[in-house]
Amino acid sequence: MSANHAVIVAVVTMRKEQILSGGAPIFIVQTTDELQETAMTLEKIMDASTHEVNPSTLILVAH
Amino acid sequence: MTPYLLPVLMGIFFGFMARLTLLRTDFRQYPTYPQGRMIHLSFGFIAAFIGAVAVPAVLESDWTAVTFLGLAATQFREVRKMERETLEKIDEDELVGRGTPFIEGMAQAFESRNYLVMFTGLVTTLCTVFSIWIGVIGGLVMLLIVKKNMSSNIVGNIADISEGKIYFEGPTLYVDNIVIKNVGLESSRQMILDRAVGVIVTPKNQNSIVTLSHLGQRQAMLHQVATVLGAFLDSGEPALVPLAKRDLADGRIALFIMPSEKDFHQIQTVIEHVPVLDSAVRMPRKADKGK
Repeated sequence: MSANHAVIVAVVTMRKEQILSGGAPIFIVQTTDELQETAMTLEKIMDASTHEVNPSTLILVAH
Repeated sequence: MTPYLLPVLMGIFFGFMARLTLLRTDFRQYPTYPQGRMIHLSFGFIAAFIGAVAVPAVLESDWTAVTFLGLAATQFREVRKMERETLEKIDEDELVGRGTPFIEGMAQAFESRNYLVMFTGLVTTLCTVFSIWIGVIGGLVMLLIVKKNMSSNIVGNIADISEGKIYFEGPTLYVDNIVIKNVGLESSRQMILDRAVGVIVTPKNQNSIVTLSHLGQRQAMLHQVATVLGAFLDSGEPALVPLAKRDLADGRIALFIMPSEKDFHQIQTVIEHVPVLDSAVRMPRKADKGK
């Protein structure tokens, strides 16, 4: 219902080499478990929702 | 005692009765009890009074007094504004909001009901001027008309409700074959698979396809389910927020909901009874398209 744009508040990724730069803070992790865990913690803190871009990268988006 | 005292009293009585029949505090818990009811009953009384005294004014050729009806109309527009503002404020704190079109519909109902009350008072008084029994009959007939006016069209009349299968393809959540959203967290996906219910709303004809595509109509359905059957949701849990998405090809609506009560039969009944919003009704089939 909202016409407001979604904003990426954080990025959690296992692939360090993909990072170029960005407006959002980036969290680098090693394993899938760590990926999920970090994303969950951030989700609870930021009241954002986690979305999967690809299996090794999750983004947190505030809608 | 003036000859008009009895007719006016009758008009007020039946008008007030009309407002009482129209005022329901139901599962939506609106108007709130007892303060909200008091406001509307008082307004109803005033409306009935204005309607009733208009008749003696006309019979005595007191035309200035009749213009008070116009003043009353302005007053009742205020009622609509007041209801709209209150509901909009409340909606900000709702876990699953009503949506502006639903609020607008409710506000309109409050205004129109006052006019109905005024009209009931007017007709009853006019009838009672001839005879008290004609007045009683006229009043009862008006009450019936008012009662009939209260029931609006419901979603069950314009669409079929069936259960949709909830599943994931990778991170993407589907209800039947309609995409709902992307869910990143493993734990959220599991929770959704455990607790969510998928509903497919299939429009019955072309008019209802357009009506159901209205965002406000969809929000109204989500709100109703959350109100009646509870919502497995808290603030700051956007992953669990109920959503309604549309199949672009055939206009079916997929609802993703997480009610506390998962019995599909109840969900179906609740959605069938969601009112069709005035502001969502479209009649493209009645338009001239050169066909």
